[in-house]
Amino acid sequence: MEILNIVLLAFILVCALSVSFTKSLLSTMIIFSAQSLAMCVIWIYLRAPDLAITEAAVGAGVTSLLFYVALKKIHAIKGDDDEKK
Amino acid sequence: MKKSNGRDSLERFRKWLDEGSDPLDMEMEDALSEPEEICSRDAEEPAWAASDAQFEHGTLGNRLKGMSRRAYYVYYSFLAVLVCAGLISVLLYATLHMPKFGGADTLVDSDLTAFYVENTLKDTGAQNVVTGIILNYRGFDTLGESHVLFSAVCTVLLMLRLTGNDERELLQAEPDDRHFEPKNDVILQTTARIVTPSILLFGIYVILNGHLSPGGGFSGGAIIGAGLILYLSAFGYRKTERFMNATVFKAVSASALMFYTLSKGYHFITACNDIPSGIGTGTPGNILSGGLLLPLNIAVGCVVAMTMYAMYTMFRKGDF
Repeated sequence: MEILNIVLLAFILVCALSVSFTKSLLSTMIIFSAQSLAMCVIWIYLRAPDLAITEAAVGAGVTSLLFYVALKKIHAIKGDDDEKK
Repeated sequence: MKKSNGRDSLERFRKWLDEGSDPLDMEMEDALSEPEEICSRDAEEPAWAASDAQFEHGTLGNRLKGMSRRAYYVYYSFLAVLVCAGLISVLLYATLHMPKFGGADTLVDSDLTAFYVENTLKDTGAQNVVTGIILNYRGFDTLGESHVLFSAVCTVLLMLRLTGNDERELLQAEPDDRHFEPKNDVILQTTARIVTPSILLFGIYVILNGHLSPGGGFSGGAIIGAGLILYLSAFGYRKTERFMNATVFKAVSASALMFYTLSKGYHFITACNDIPSGIGTGTPGNILSGGLLLPLNIAVGCVVAMTMYAMYTMFRKGDF
């Protein structure tokens, strides 16, 4: 369990660093939600299942969705449709 | 486009460093009718900064002049890293003085923890201590939280909802939305058809079992909201607006909030004045136990689910 804990914490650290160094906003968002998922497992390890459920639903799910629609709203994500124009 | 802008602002920044006067002062004078106070304050600051720098090791601008642009960026990022490292070390130093993580004597320090662990089951009838705390002992906080969520979604509605004034905009919204979204994606639709019922069912389970097992109104509501969003992005607005539209949103979230406020108010009044409220705690472990906890959980779950869904639709299309 100790090893799992260390691996998860290292994963969170790597995620946090790569979020700030990634150029693409879409990848940043996906890394952010991956970090949330790792955090969710850590909450379970810390015996806080209430927080784990909330983190999985809000942090990994709804927040990244809201980020995605907000980025699309300001045309920060360049899809195929935008390039054609 | 962006690069030239960056170069412009860099040159203006250097000018500001060298001359000690704010290049934005002129623009502000034009823009404001009474700019005296602000401008004088703005003009003072660079002069002070320049004199301070001169006092120590010559003008910062003079030193920057000798550098190439690349060296300037290296200098800038070095400073940024230095500031961040300083901040991180201060925070890490502060955490050293916290009680040891998972230590045997960490929890015993707090009388409040012991009180909650001992009395929650007796007072509220909730087997899940967390729900007992957030909906009973700290019920007032959760009441405020629900209202914050509701006012947040009201602000989003005010800002992003397409008004009925421009009919062309409203008519254009649906084709615009379908243009960017996947049209009848087989993989997405098949997955959504299988997964959505279980997500919604799990959300309902988390809400209804909030006082018995981990979870509660907020997490369950977020799960239901996520399920609704998945269904919407797979099948489009035409299918979701059969059961989710502005009327449903208004009715559900307003009545849930009203019910929460009224029942919590009743609870406050009776509990504070030692009036018997007539609501028992029931047998702990039964689904119908814990007094007001179950209905309050349902109300919070409704508010959160509606909020999540409404935020998503407002950002995506601007209408339900």
